[in-house]
Amino acid sequence: MKAAELDDWTDASLDSVGSAHPRIDADEKTTGQARYTSDISLPGLLAGVIVRSSIPHGRVRSIDTSEALELDGVVAVMTADDISEFTWYDDEVPILPGIVRFLGDDVAVVIADDVETARRGAALVRIDYETSDHVTDMEDIGDGSEPELLGNEEIEVEEDGRGDIDVAFEGAAIVVERTFRTQAAIHNPLEPHGAVAVWSGGSVTVYTSTQGVNDVREKLADRLGLDHNKVRVVCEYMGGGFGAKQVPWKPSMFAALAARIVGRPVRIMNDRPGENLAAGKRNASVQTVRIGADESGKLVAIDAELNADRGAYAVGGEASMLAGPFLNLYRCENVRTRSRVVRTNTGPAVAFRAPGYVEATFVLESLMDELADEVGIDAIELRRRNHSGMDQQNDIEWSHPEGILRSYERIAEATGWGEQNADDAAEPVGVKRGRGFAAHDWVGASASPPGHATVTFNFDGSVHVGTSAQDIGTGTRTVLSQVVADELGVEVDSIRLSLGDTSTGPPAPTSAGSATVPTMAPAVRAAAVSAVEDLLTAAAEHLDVDRQTLTFDGQYVRCESSDVDDQPLGDLLGDLSPRVVHGFGGREETAEEVSPRAQGSAVAEVSVDTLTGEVRVTSIAVAPDCGRILNRRLADSQVIGGVTQGIGFALTERQIIDHDLGIVCNPDLNEYLIPTVADTCEIRHVELDIADLRANPVGAKGIGELPLIAVPAAIANAVHDAIGVRFTELPITRKRVLDALAEQSHAELNRTGADR
Amino acid sequence: MQAAMSPPKTVPARHQIELEVNGRSRSLSVRDGSTLLDTVRDELDLTGAKPVCEVGTCGACTVLLDDRAVYSCMVLTAECDGQRVDTVEGLADGVEPSALQTAFAECDALQCGYCTPGQLMSLEGLRRSSKPVDRSAIQRAVEGNLCRCGAYRHILEAAEQALLQSDVHADGQATSS
Repeated sequence: MKAAELDDWTDASLDSVGSAHPRIDADEKTTGQARYTSDISLPGLLAGVIVRSSIPHGRVRSIDTSEALELDGVVAVMTADDISEFTWYDDEVPILPGIVRFLGDDVAVVIADDVETARRGAALVRIDYETSDHVTDMEDIGDGSEPELLGNEEIEVEEDGRGDIDVAFEGAAIVVERTFRTQAAIHNPLEPHGAVAVWSGGSVTVYTSTQGVNDVREKLADRLGLDHNKVRVVCEYMGGGFGAKQVPWKPSMFAALAARIVGRPVRIMNDRPGENLAAGKRNASVQTVRIGADESGKLVAIDAELNADRGAYAVGGEASMLAGPFLNLYRCENVRTRSRVVRTNTGPAVAFRAPGYVEATFVLESLMDELADEVGIDAIELRRRNHSGMDQQNDIEWSHPEGILRSYERIAEATGWGEQNADDAAEPVGVKRGRGFAAHDWVGASASPPGHATVTFNFDGSVHVGTSAQDIGTGTRTVLSQVVADELGVEVDSIRLSLGDTSTGPPAPTSAGSATVPTMAPAVRAAAVSAVEDLLTAAAEHLDVDRQTLTFDGQYVRCESSDVDDQPLGDLLGDLSPRVVHGFGGREETAEEVSPRAQGSAVAEVSVDTLTGEVRVTSIAVAPDCGRILNRRLADSQVIGGVTQGIGFALTERQIIDHDLGIVCNPDLNEYLIPTVADTCEIRHVELDIADLRANPVGAKGIGELPLIAVPAAIANAVHDAIGVRFTELPITRKRVLDALAEQSHAELNRTGADR
Repeated sequence: MQAAMSPPKTVPARHQIELEVNGRSRSLSVRDGSTLLDTVRDELDLTGAKPVCEVGTCGACTVLLDDRAVYSCMVLTAECDGQRVDTVEGLADGVEPSALQTAFAECDALQCGYCTPGQLMSLEGLRRSSKPVDRSAIQRAVEGNLCRCGAYRHILEAAEQALLQSDVHADGQATSS
């Protein structure tokens, strides 16, 4: 059955959906039983370690592997010569490139009895480089003096928008313009990228930490010249991805190649520096944006010059979505976005939770905050005045045009927005408090078809759901089980849902863009409906009655005719044996009449210590329009996680590069500062829970990216409220706060001096 | 890499030691460079403790050594002769989960689950210590355990549910309204 044929789900038909059903794999995760890629053990398993470039740019003149190979326990060293026919990245460069283009680029792979020996071996591989000039700062690209880099030969400017901005700006009463800079941020999932590969006959099984088992299968099959069914990819548990694992990466290919060369299973996991250098990042951006408005604050024009640093290679799936918020968040007839993506001698960028949107929302919402001040109206009132209920680029309505207005109302209520701010007098000397608001858009609420699933009744009446989707920690197993349970009318506990393996079910999309729920919830529901149809058809034949007289309530098949007894499910299925009752369902299309959208807003409260420069976030509330909430507890988990990552991006996280040397100074968790428990604060999920049945017949739009998007902007606006400084660069570090306060003091002194 | 120091090529020496692991006596021959993390994962197939930073930053490898929470990546197994090691695999009483494990499941104090064994063992270390357990002690116990999914608020909520007296009302957790 196609999901498009489903009836709309009403609340009355739901029991488990909307509850706080516990995560169904919590026991595996709290007992250490959950086996992640890094935990897979196989007889004869060898360990591989990637030898990485120690320079940012140059040619590998020669590699001497003799010392490494002499080390007891080293089995093989793979260099470019061994696997020269294989290429990688969208650029299709050799998978072990003869020219290294960033610090950490792949040079060789050492295979040994264990990882300790492989690391020792890797340290003994002697590489002779011919170094080249490097460029690691995206702002140095384009002056003609930089070295040649793949993809920089002709930098395309992608232009989008509508109307005529030049005319509109001339008529604007207020214009606000600034240049903003956002940092390269590293996903740093605690489980690094990596894989275990084992060959059997002409087939390979690859256990890999990925958000998309089907994509990995297709890419490896393509590269290895195998049919899809000769490559099985498994990721039952994944230790974090956040976008970094949404494309196939080299370690899975290295593991497959190495295992084939040495004839034994091989595991290759990035170490922490490798994970920081060569496994993706949120691209740095430079955005020069001006917005024009009339006296009432209504936007008349937006002009956005957007520059992103892709790193040395194009991975696919990397952020080039900076334009999204400018085009879509507000009603505005005249918009121009010009996006430019450059290459540098840094690690490749890849999507990071709401790619482009987090960075661009910081910019747009900082400017809107400033505009509200200029107009002299409340920040939320300004957003209301600029509300858009439609996709202005394509001239179609949002699936729920008022979703974001509900978000504004509810978050204002929940946070007491508009009431008096907390008094600084209650704080220690020098500590200033502030609060800030930001709104956000998100594009991914639609779906990523194809997504398919099977629902099969076991002979005892328990249910198996099969799909090859993934649960990347978001709770996919749980919420899809709840959906099937409610469609069938059975208990969640009677369902076993298999996923995370290309052999456990039909094709399903990569877990990305918050699109798993809107794709797979309708798919599994359609499969359940189809299974019930099969059950009733089989029962009608068995009972020799008209199919239309039968119904199923989760426990019994019942007949309108009193001549036929109610059939307990388990008994009936036993009677129907050897026939197996099953259904197949899938989401094959997205909404066409409307544009599904997931928008929302955030309010941050901060305290800024003007003596130390420390910004403490004291509370955050977010009100994301994720459609129908499938599981309240798991939705809260996504909220606290997204908000916490937003705090990190706003205040502490950045990859630090010494541009003279071209090296990354903090490829680790010591100095790449992800939030700790001490950096969190009170976090409130202001639930909207609006079933968006125009988006899909389940009404759920996905929540993964939403709670993060507006948080850095809301924090920056709160800092401005506290100390009057508009930060145009993230993260807002102590040094930046102190520098800005010093500048503010000097300006004040100059002003008062001039007055005298 | 090119500038790396040459490590010694000799085969490391081995040590014969006795450990009590999750209540069972184990006699092991370990290399002198083996960390306790290597030993529990590779020799004993207890893979709950995770290798993440391997330099004592993240806490994902936390186990108990004589009831004290330690970063097992920073402990040489050869120095643990005669000591008790407890890992997340030994936390439940048979199939009966501990109060902490139950609270983690109920409060959804995890997402991907990769840091969860370390979080649990840091809190178990607090539980077994003689220190008074209050909210600030709970936060201190897990300050050295990174969670990239950002489950911290639910981790605190779960820990308070499991470790504090029931009359203490937990605040500061994610609340819905």
